[in-house]
Amino acid sequence: MRLYVDSSKCSGCNACRVACSLNLFGENNPKKAALVIEPHFPAPGVYRVRVCTQCGDCAKVCPTEAIKQDEQGAYFVNYADCNLCEACVPECPEEVMFVRAKLADTAWKCNLCGDCVAVCGTSALWIAEIEALAA
Amino acid sequence: MNGYAGRILRVNLTNGTFTKEPTPAALARDFIGGRGFGIYLLLKEVPQGADPLGPENKIFISSGPISGMLIPGGGKCDWTTKAPLTGGYASASMGGHFTAEMRYAGLDSIILEGVSPKPVTLFIDDDKIELRDASDLWGKNTFMVEKQFKDKLGEEYQIAVIGPGGENMVPYACVNHDYGRQAGRGGVGAVMGSKKLKAIVLHGTKSIPVADPAAYRKAGMALYKACKEADGLKQWTSYGTTQVVSWCDEVGALPTRNFSAGSFEGASTLSGPYMREHIVITDKGCFGCPCPCGKYSRMKKYNSNVEGPEYETIGLCGSNLGIADIESVAQANLLCDDLGIDTISAGNAIGWAMECYEKGIFTKKDTDGLDLKFGNVEAVFTMIEKIARREGLGALLSEGVKRASKKVGQGTEKFAIHVKGMEQSGYATHNATAMLLSYMTCDVGAHHNRAWAITYDLQVGRELVVPEKVARVIWLQNFRPMFDVLGGCRLQWVELNIDRDLYVPALEAITGIHRSWEDLEMVGARIWNLTRLYWARENEGFGRSWDLPPARFYEDAPKSGPTKGQITKFEDVNKLLDIYYEQRGWTSNGLPTPATIESLGLKAVFA
Repeated sequence: MRLYVDSSKCSGCNACRVACSLNLFGENNPKKAALVIEPHFPAPGVYRVRVCTQCGDCAKVCPTEAIKQDEQGAYFVNYADCNLCEACVPECPEEVMFVRAKLADTAWKCNLCGDCVAVCGTSALWIAEIEALAA
Repeated sequence: MNGYAGRILRVNLTNGTFTKEPTPAALARDFIGGRGFGIYLLLKEVPQGADPLGPENKIFISSGPISGMLIPGGGKCDWTTKAPLTGGYASASMGGHFTAEMRYAGLDSIILEGVSPKPVTLFIDDDKIELRDASDLWGKNTFMVEKQFKDKLGEEYQIAVIGPGGENMVPYACVNHDYGRQAGRGGVGAVMGSKKLKAIVLHGTKSIPVADPAAYRKAGMALYKACKEADGLKQWTSYGTTQVVSWCDEVGALPTRNFSAGSFEGASTLSGPYMREHIVITDKGCFGCPCPCGKYSRMKKYNSNVEGPEYETIGLCGSNLGIADIESVAQANLLCDDLGIDTISAGNAIGWAMECYEKGIFTKKDTDGLDLKFGNVEAVFTMIEKIARREGLGALLSEGVKRASKKVGQGTEKFAIHVKGMEQSGYATHNATAMLLSYMTCDVGAHHNRAWAITYDLQVGRELVVPEKVARVIWLQNFRPMFDVLGGCRLQWVELNIDRDLYVPALEAITGIHRSWEDLEMVGARIWNLTRLYWARENEGFGRSWDLPPARFYEDAPKSGPTKGQITKFEDVNKLLDIYYEQRGWTSNGLPTPATIESLGLKAVFA
């Protein structure tokens, strides 16, 4: 399973990012979200959303093995094991692996909780099998 | 304090000093936030008789407890000041992402006071606060300035900026944000210009404390679920406010040729579906909104983009000026935004000038050579630029139609469409008595959003003047602005018809204090009465005569359309006021009685 996005449906509201931070950290702080909305205004006037594809490249390089996979196939950060080395950050092809030491003493990423999907009013986000969509 | 960022930032532009004060718990209890904070601070801090464009006036920018939270539409920011347009109370509500960012920077409100000796930008990045020289930005249009900051600092930064309209202190200059959201009405941008403050740049990375995180998440999710399951979601999100263009045209409420009629022969090419099909490229939402009304458009003809036009702009810069081409209306919208003037007042003022021209009161000598007849798109574009720069006829129109018509005389006051000096927004009210009363008694002048009662008129009988109608207007005036107090948007309730009781547990989980809608409406009534007392404090002789509508709606019936031959009788205008004042607990001259002030617990506030 992974998160998918149709950026053309995104209206840039950021509800997904608030929901994300609430799930990951129990905080109300979209700067601590695991997906990114890039507004491109005034021209061409579109949003581009970047989400985790659960490719696992981050886990491969983690020296402390802090990034693990759960039963639904989602890679998540075990906060206690992260040493903030940032090795994972440049590995992420979507640039959605985060280390911001000022904000949290751990790296973070999408754990496929689905809360972003639940609050998106324009149905820009959804979760589906990786294989099913690739086929 | 749960639900609050906890600090109010005071910026003294004269000295270049900053202080942070704790957000007072009593202020949060009695006035909650947003507009509530605004009117309280305006009354307390701006001395009686202050020049709106002088150093004594202040701007109060306030979020509320649902701003920046997991609550649908928690992206509204209140800008309160003494209005240069009217000399009374101004409270402009700005969408976008500014109010959320304020809270993430740890601020519930920002108070701007004094006058800077030179153009500056207020720069806030969490606890780092600076005034930076903005001499190189002065004179520049809003989009360019916002883009410059975003390119340099990144998309996480939120920017509020004035254009040449604000710098030139056009009394209806606005503040621009997020390439298309404004603190639009009453001249907040002019006050910012008078303070030589070009822009506010914000960035914050803090969290907002809540009383009960689990209950907050549950209540927030329930609100989003209700919005997503609402029947009206798809229709509303497709068209936003433009969905009412056709309806207004059908019922004779679409402002047409300076409100001389309520129906426009070119309405079909201004409609929501037409606009969606021809120019809309993206839905653009404010913070946290599951049903974005913002439509981002591409105008091929002009090789340009704009957020909008939304209904009010279509009404005022489209049908009201005899323009049926949606791309041209969108371009007029863009010019107003980029120059930093309110599309509603600008369209209304140009409409008045066009009527003066068509009646022969203005000749080409008065219009700087422009053929200022209805429908002349190029003339409209030129006038927008001239208004923002206060050049030629633009200097007169920039004063607003009340002052302009007083200067010109010759009966032009009769078709100057304003209340209390604020140009009427997008509903023709020849025969829609609840909406007419709503405009007459609105706390900032002729603005629609406090009590959008036009659908109620059609529901119960548009010409009726009965206590039930007045009660409906009062209820809306007490209730709807509470969303501005909470720091959120009312449209999820208005347009998606979600159960308003869903907000109650959310607010309780955030702040830790239970408040029913009955309680919140009482706060709304207190705020409404305070704004009325403010008008009276600032304007000698303020009272009933200030509530009269434009003469057009009781003397000058439309000659075409569904409201052909229809007006509201002047005796009914007065009857509306009689009933309204009685129900409000005001004197026959429209002022809160001592008993009303006492019963609302306002004696201590308004001493």
